[in-house]
Amino acid sequence: MNDRVQPTTTGELAALLAQATRDGATLALRGGGSKDRIGAPVPDVRTVDMRAFAGVEDYDPPELVLTAGAGTPLADIEALVAAEGQMLAFDPFDHGPLFRAATGAATIGGVIAAGVSGPRRLSGGAARDHLLGFEAVTGDGRAFKAGAKVVKNVTGFDLPKLVAGSWGRLAALTRVTLKVVPRPENSLTLRVRGLDPPAAVSLMSQAAGSPAAIAAAAHVPAGDGEAATLLRLDGFDASIAARRATLAAIVPARVPVDVLDDGTANAAWRDVRYATSLPTEAPLWRVLLPARQASAFVAALDDSAWLMDWAGGLLWVATNTDAGQMRVAAREAGGHAMLVRADAALRAKVPALHPPATAVAALEARVRHAFDPGNVFASGRF
Amino acid sequence: MTLTMPTPDPAVLERRADIAAALRAIVPGEAVIDAAAELRPFESDGLTAYRQPPMLVVLPETTAQVAAIVRWCHDNGVRVVPRGAGTSLSGGALPLADGVLLGLSRLNRILHVDYVDRVVVAQPGVTNLAITQAVDAEGFYYAPDPSSQIACTIGGNVAENAGGVHCLKYGVTTNNVLGVEFVTPQGDVARLGGSTLEHGGLDLLGLVVGSEGLLGIVTEVTVRILPKPESVSAMLIGFGELEDAGRCVADIIAAGIIPAGMEMMDRPAVHAAEAFVGAGYPLDAEALLIVELDGPQAECDVLVGRVSEIAKKNAAFLVRVAANAEERSAFWAGRKAAFPAAGRVSPDYYCMDGTIPRRKLPDVLARIRALSDDHGLGVINVFHAGDGNLHPLILYDANEPGQLERAEKFGEDILTLCVEVGGVLTGEHGVGVEKRDLMPTMFSEADLAQQKRIKCAFDPKLLLNPGKMIPELHRCAELGRMHVHAGKLPFPELPRF
Repeated sequence: MNDRVQPTTTGELAALLAQATRDGATLALRGGGSKDRIGAPVPDVRTVDMRAFAGVEDYDPPELVLTAGAGTPLADIEALVAAEGQMLAFDPFDHGPLFRAATGAATIGGVIAAGVSGPRRLSGGAARDHLLGFEAVTGDGRAFKAGAKVVKNVTGFDLPKLVAGSWGRLAALTRVTLKVVPRPENSLTLRVRGLDPPAAVSLMSQAAGSPAAIAAAAHVPAGDGEAATLLRLDGFDASIAARRATLAAIVPARVPVDVLDDGTANAAWRDVRYATSLPTEAPLWRVLLPARQASAFVAALDDSAWLMDWAGGLLWVATNTDAGQMRVAAREAGGHAMLVRADAALRAKVPALHPPATAVAALEARVRHAFDPGNVFASGRF
Repeated sequence: MTLTMPTPDPAVLERRADIAAALRAIVPGEAVIDAAAELRPFESDGLTAYRQPPMLVVLPETTAQVAAIVRWCHDNGVRVVPRGAGTSLSGGALPLADGVLLGLSRLNRILHVDYVDRVVVAQPGVTNLAITQAVDAEGFYYAPDPSSQIACTIGGNVAENAGGVHCLKYGVTTNNVLGVEFVTPQGDVARLGGSTLEHGGLDLLGLVVGSEGLLGIVTEVTVRILPKPESVSAMLIGFGELEDAGRCVADIIAAGIIPAGMEMMDRPAVHAAEAFVGAGYPLDAEALLIVELDGPQAECDVLVGRVSEIAKKNAAFLVRVAANAEERSAFWAGRKAAFPAAGRVSPDYYCMDGTIPRRKLPDVLARIRALSDDHGLGVINVFHAGDGNLHPLILYDANEPGQLERAEKFGEDILTLCVEVGGVLTGEHGVGVEKRDLMPTMFSEADLAQQKRIKCAFDPKLLLNPGKMIPELHRCAELGRMHVHAGKLPFPELPRF
């Protein structure tokens, strides 16, 4: 169990980080711990628990903006905006179930720091697209802010983009301002049955490129059951009916199509989000690649289970394929591969994040230094 | 011009002929411009109040040439200012007297279109509109649409993170760019992102977009394209009271409707536009709203009905729905002509670009009118109502002594007001030189120090577009010394620069 400290004010946090910089110590930032088992194990690193920075501080629904402490539970924020008929468009989720744990632990700061976006990311954008502003403390203990509390802003470097998905390597987020959007009036999921991967990618791509404006598109290949390609429409009732007709014209003739009831649809998307159809014994990878490479990529996999999200742009792959080989394959396809779930021994050996190209790695190092000159956040986890 | 730019280096100016020769060795022929008369067209961008002819202009044609020029300039201590089409309204491409102006207009080819992944790969000198035109026949378009889209380039859009009237629903440039190839201030070529929805490491792409040419020069851009909506409906809604219009906008959004575009004009803007293009605007409106909805026809029909009800509930005296595409164009004609219309009612105008929380609109407009009286200059307001991005056009006459200075002071007061009510200095035009010295109204010393650290991480010699965006950036070494000792500073809140 890691040694832990829980600062309760920005001042305490800043003092802690400044001290660590002077001492040459490393620290690991942590929210609710729902993603503890991602990255290399670092049992000897002191953990900074960020959950004291909690609570929604400002939320005016028609402004489409919400400000909350970074340690606020994701579930609290989702419930609050849902009560106003709104949502976080990037479809964030709690990683708990990916590790066979309950939901409820994930914090908004952790979701942002990990850049978590679910199936709706295809149409709604990513976490980075919805982080409007933040307050944080640098590795050397300097409190600062960037961005703002309005939806449109180009004042200064766009540091919100940079901290989203930075996995705690740049700064300790204390407060985040997010863009929220109206929740769609209704949702409808079509399940197209029996397509092989190339046909599924083709259908998903055509659907995403049609005026049907699908919200999400996923494909679960034939395993024990029949292959299922899921297409979701979100919007006003009249619009969904019209767009369903547009989709009907795209689906190949004589291919069976079901309309899922709400319960089945929610369960199906949950299964996509958490890759529940994949075995838990093999390491789980998240591979991003151009959709046009997706079916060739999965065809080349041996002894692996997979599913596609984001219209083929995201693959979840459970495989014992050598990590180096996975990364070469992902890179050659024009993408990258993240190791999400694996035993501690593998995680100690294989970096979770795809190693960047040399020129980019040099820039990353300089940017990290600009936030964390004492390498306090270089805990070895990423 | 009261603006302080980095002091020209006499040693560099002395070497001007040698520098021109070195650049000609990289880019042969006419592509290096050094004759005074030919440099003049480059002396300013869309912010014409500031003018400075560059030392030299170079117009490369390939990424390799851009990299070689930047590397040579870096190694020889010569400043570089990148320029796209030169339509910046914030002086982002204002030259330096001792700087090489690196124009990207000749990198103007669309390299690749992919309808499976729905991306276009273009060189930076391709115009914004040309991307849409390239994919129009297949039923696609590129969503961000700054008003200058026939002229502005995608490279400039990336540098400035350009917006447009459709960005509430479809996002600004950064939400629609998937990858870039760019040249670092040292002259290295790096690729960030690609055709995937996200990239694996730190989001350096998100940092480079909107960095105003301070962090690198983009030589290739991959953008996401969207399928064109099946139909588009436009509505013209007139209000007798500004407060009613503001409440109507909030109610539309509260009803779960995100229009493709939602523009507001105040009474002076309506009058100026109507006199200019005869769009059929009601001259008795205190506020006029244009609402554009897109999607399947059935969706547009339903939403037009809902917006009409909301408008009437908020005391709109006019709700007109465009019967056809011609009428829709007419609704937009006045709004899109707001700038030239201002040019007709006044010899000069100065366009501002703050964003405010929308709920502050009536208050802010009232205070802008009071400032207008104080400064003795007229103002007309057009407004991206959906996202709170305000464009006051300050009317002045540069030939009248003192008016330009008063217009600039008025503009400063407006932007300070935007920040005071919880908004920002710039919603889509960028900081450039125009708002550089106002940055401390929005950001603390610590906030700005972090921005400076980013600049220094990329460009420690401060050779790429210095004097833009960041106030008082002298030397990176100073910053370095400071952060080493930061933990020990007895009064960390004191200004240090």
